[in-house]
Amino acid sequence: MGALSLSQVTKSFGKTEVIKGVDLEVAEGEFCVFVGPSGCGKSTLLRMIAGLEDVTGGDVNLDGVRINDLAPAKREIAMVFQTYALYPHLTVRDNMGLALKQAGEPRAAIDAAIKRASAMLELDPYLDRRPAELSGGQRQRVAIGRAIVRRPKLFLFDEPLSNLDAALRVATRIEIARLHRELGATMVYVTHDQIEAMTLADKIVVLRAGKVEQVGSPMELYNNPANTFVAGFIGSPQMNFLKAGALGQRGETLGIRPEHLRITEAGQIKGTVSHVEKLGGETLVYIKTDPHGLVTLRLFGEHDFAYDAALSLDIDPPRAFHFDKDGQRLR
Amino acid sequence: MHSARTSPRSSKGRSIAAHAILLTYTLIALFPVFVIVINSFKSRKAIFAEPLMPPMPGNWDMVGYTTVLQQGDFFQYFLNSMTVTCASLFFVLLFGAMAAFALSEYRFRGNLLMGLYLALGIMIPIRLGTVAILEMMVAGGLVNTLTALILVYTAQGLPLAVFILSEFMRSVSDDLKNAGRIDGLSEYRIFFTLVLPLVRPAMATVAVFTMIPIWNDLWFPLILAPSEETKTITLGSQVFIGQFVTNWNAVLAALSLAIVPVLVLYLIFSRQLIRGITAGAVK
Repeated sequence: MGALSLSQVTKSFGKTEVIKGVDLEVAEGEFCVFVGPSGCGKSTLLRMIAGLEDVTGGDVNLDGVRINDLAPAKREIAMVFQTYALYPHLTVRDNMGLALKQAGEPRAAIDAAIKRASAMLELDPYLDRRPAELSGGQRQRVAIGRAIVRRPKLFLFDEPLSNLDAALRVATRIEIARLHRELGATMVYVTHDQIEAMTLADKIVVLRAGKVEQVGSPMELYNNPANTFVAGFIGSPQMNFLKAGALGQRGETLGIRPEHLRITEAGQIKGTVSHVEKLGGETLVYIKTDPHGLVTLRLFGEHDFAYDAALSLDIDPPRAFHFDKDGQRLR
Repeated sequence: MHSARTSPRSSKGRSIAAHAILLTYTLIALFPVFVIVINSFKSRKAIFAEPLMPPMPGNWDMVGYTTVLQQGDFFQYFLNSMTVTCASLFFVLLFGAMAAFALSEYRFRGNLLMGLYLALGIMIPIRLGTVAILEMMVAGGLVNTLTALILVYTAQGLPLAVFILSEFMRSVSDDLKNAGRIDGLSEYRIFFTLVLPLVRPAMATVAVFTMIPIWNDLWFPLILAPSEETKTITLGSQVFIGQFVTNWNAVLAALSLAIVPVLVLYLIFSRQLIRGITAGAVK
């Protein structure tokens, strides 16, 4: 239950088109992440699936049924919001049970569903508190619990971790991944953070300016980006884009990830160390080069470099990507 | 936060200056009220001889209050004022909040124009339309009814209410409203149970701004509802002001009494206001 399919979906606000014809298939049980810079339309697309925004054109289908004109509550979806959006006047228990109560479920069934969800998320001690008495992480767990209780066909997450601090973000990310395994439900997740996308997704959809740039599994996008935008967006630190002509390579731009550069005696890329970041497990070296600008080198383990020391680098040829002047990949 | 950056001495000086200014303003604002209240307890002679002195055992006189309570139906006037103020307030807050919600929440053709049209009422005094209003009330058979006053005051209060509340409604989290929609709450439930509690401080502000001019108004009661049964307290107090002789004791006593209910209402709303600010509903 829960195969989502979008065909030629568009959205316009007045004359501005913000979603420009999106086609997408999300299989049952799949974890699909929409990722892109802010303003790319990923949240709008999610809200269109939820029914919170009208669909200007195209079809949104859930399990083969067209849901374009269905009210949000009738779509059998649940949504988790960035700002938690808990009802301030209700206890945790009532927050989680409200949707079922509105649907007219019997009290016993509601209680059982709340119990199941609260056990899953370890929320039992907080059931009778109000949202104002909870910490940020607890509130987001309640919001996730509120989604689980409904047993929806489709879970929607709108940047659920953005308001949490770094440590909590990692813990909640793992929790969401675990829930996905346990529930086996279809999930659509929006984020601007490529690490969340890489770690959670079965399928990543990279969006830019209302269009899908590329769809694929995390490793497909990492190893086989379709253009410079996807190549630059996926992977951290960002891929280096070098002038292909200066290196005697084909295409306009040569993309190489920081981990695929090597220090060699007579490398093609020469420069001086401009900055070093030591992270313990890895060392990032920023090298000022001509004509490529600042190049990032990622080394594993601890390394020492003097500032302004001369370095020469070589690329790992099979790991290099070639792009034409429009940023499209040359294969 | 502020005092951390400035030295303690200058911040203390600043605080004293601020308090001095506020206290001066408070004194100026409260002085007329104070004069009315003290003189309402004095004999007529003492009112004119020493208007600024507090009542002494020698000139203590409750004649104003006894006159007010015996002559005319003051209890009825109070009740009329209360009915008109509370009913108008209720409708202004209800319709104002609903219009504000519609204007801030829904995208529809003419939204901006509708907002401007409603805001126009802030700039045009309703009294300019008195003749037309009177004609309408005569045609509708509403002259000398409290309904006439309630209708006029509701119209008078709505523009400002819509203007202030729609600004506040825009600040209510969209996620919260959307969560309600996904959980199957109707737009009315979202409005009444989610949005209204969060804009309570703004509602209290609007209530205070709306209530006081209605309570104090003399114009419309005089024109639309001057009959004995529908007189409001402000109009009722006028019986003691004659062309040749004015019963100052009674006027001052009536005005002193008229302050009490509005003060009580104000205290209720201002507590709401403070509670609303300190509650920290979302986040």
